[in-house]
Amino acid sequence: MNIYVAIKQVPDTEASLLVKDGVSINETDIKWILSPYDEYALEEALKLKEKIPGSTVTVISLGPNRVESAIRTGLAMGAENAIHIETAEPFPDHKIIAAALGNAIKQDAGYGIIFMGKQAIDDDSYLTHIYLAEHLGIPVATNVIAFNHDNGKVVVEREIDEGAREKIEMSVPCVVGATKGLNTPRYASLMGIMKAKKIPIKKLSLQDAGIAQLDNKIKREKLYAPPEKPQGRIIPGEPEDAVKELVRVLKEEAKVL
Amino acid sequence: MANIGVYVELKDNQFKKSNKEALSLAKKSGADVYAVIFSNDPGQFADVLKGVKKVVQVKNDDLSYQPDLYADTLAKIITEFNLNDFIGVNSAQGKDLFPRIAAKIENAGLVMDCVEMDLANRTVTKPVYAGKLLSKYVMDNPFRLYTIRPNVFPASASDSEAAPEITVFEAVKNPPRAKIVEIIKSGAKKIDLQEADIIVSGGRGIKAKENFALLQELAEVLKAGVGASRAAVDAEFATYDMQVGQTGKVVNPKLYIACGISGAIQHFVGMKTSKVIVAINKDPEAPIFKKADYGIVGDLFKVVPLLKEELQKNL
Repeated sequence: MNIYVAIKQVPDTEASLLVKDGVSINETDIKWILSPYDEYALEEALKLKEKIPGSTVTVISLGPNRVESAIRTGLAMGAENAIHIETAEPFPDHKIIAAALGNAIKQDAGYGIIFMGKQAIDDDSYLTHIYLAEHLGIPVATNVIAFNHDNGKVVVEREIDEGAREKIEMSVPCVVGATKGLNTPRYASLMGIMKAKKIPIKKLSLQDAGIAQLDNKIKREKLYAPPEKPQGRIIPGEPEDAVKELVRVLKEEAKVL
Repeated sequence: MANIGVYVELKDNQFKKSNKEALSLAKKSGADVYAVIFSNDPGQFADVLKGVKKVVQVKNDDLSYQPDLYADTLAKIITEFNLNDFIGVNSAQGKDLFPRIAAKIENAGLVMDCVEMDLANRTVTKPVYAGKLLSKYVMDNPFRLYTIRPNVFPASASDSEAAPEITVFEAVKNPPRAKIVEIIKSGAKKIDLQEADIIVSGGRGIKAKENFALLQELAEVLKAGVGASRAAVDAEFATYDMQVGQTGKVVNPKLYIACGISGAIQHFVGMKTSKVIVAINKDPEAPIFKKADYGIVGDLFKVVPLLKEELQKNL
């Protein structure tokens, strides 16, 4: 099976972010990582490859030059092919992003299962995997915490509210939106890292990926930091007294009880 | 004037609280509001649907959630009734459903998890980078869909007594691509963290899985949900569905009580919009105290049981 993993490069979760020019983040000094949910997607793809002889895993990403390092991370973990759709700047219209990814996958080879993180932790939009599936006209399951593939059929469990799960059946090809809990992603081995450096990355322009003209219907007007919370106060005293005072202020000052 | 649609999400045939927030938001705009509900008996919700112009009732033998049937039907309703703005809730179902609807309508746009909306100017604001920043978008789409974050928009009572007219709409039954074959309930009855008014949350300081029972007891007194930090989940003291933070749930209750949580940015961004944050931690240098409204420096194993007792006396 030709397995695909669509990945995104994002700022590290520990990064403090500053706004530049009112609409984008200042990228100076940012440490970039593979979006954490994409690691679960990639791990599941690699596990599936190991189960089905003759399978391949291809990572695909869209973005400026810097995303090449996220692609190399994917290759180092064990993917053997890579596609990079090069764009000058990131843009916010996820329908266009999904169409470009879908077209590139369709042109590449006959595809089986496409894995992706349920969301990238920058825009937190939760859209691209669903748009991608709809663009290709294939089934999709979101927020997937358990995955099984048997006899050409996919059965997944999707986490819903209050810890409950939906069990979903799909045929192949399909899209799987991975979440935390699906597996424990492997670390890239030193050998994997060395090998990844030599793998050629197939480069596509947006035009190559079937997007003739970039017509964003959704545009970012402003990016800004929310107001800081004013510093709170420590309630002093022995635990017995502090607890009494806490309950009093929660009732009388904060009025939340 | 354009029409506004609201998707009314039922859970076990109950009206979700955040539906009222979506309905209030729509009614405030002054446009005609259409409430779309998958129910064979919408009359039971007459009270909460007052002031709505029209209820579009989707009937079917089996109304359990199936993504393809729901999305196909809603896409048809939106285009047939010209619901140029269509609002839902950013619940597990909303997040699964709305992108599918948006994909099926040409030129439709969708922004999920909105915390501010200006329908007249077609702008919406949502948190990005787990709320480290806010992003305001302008939507140039003829059909605009949104999901709103629960507990952000006010749910005001309707000032209109007018009962809506009900239009019945047949469900669109294309062959489904994916099929939900079973709902697996979790063992314990849990409170949905994203809708919870109060959350009690534990971090690495909890030290062991069994000790979460302490927080559970406090939560019961407060009718609160129980959350956890990533550190507690990674240490397997708690399950992932409890995780609050950038790679977990983003919550905004009235009261958030953080017990034994140091306050890493990855956790803080998941709960910082809580109205009041209380921190209990034995380390006076823990970063959580810089972010909490009220802090108690002390051993949570002493403080939490005392707090429970004090609340039992006072609530």
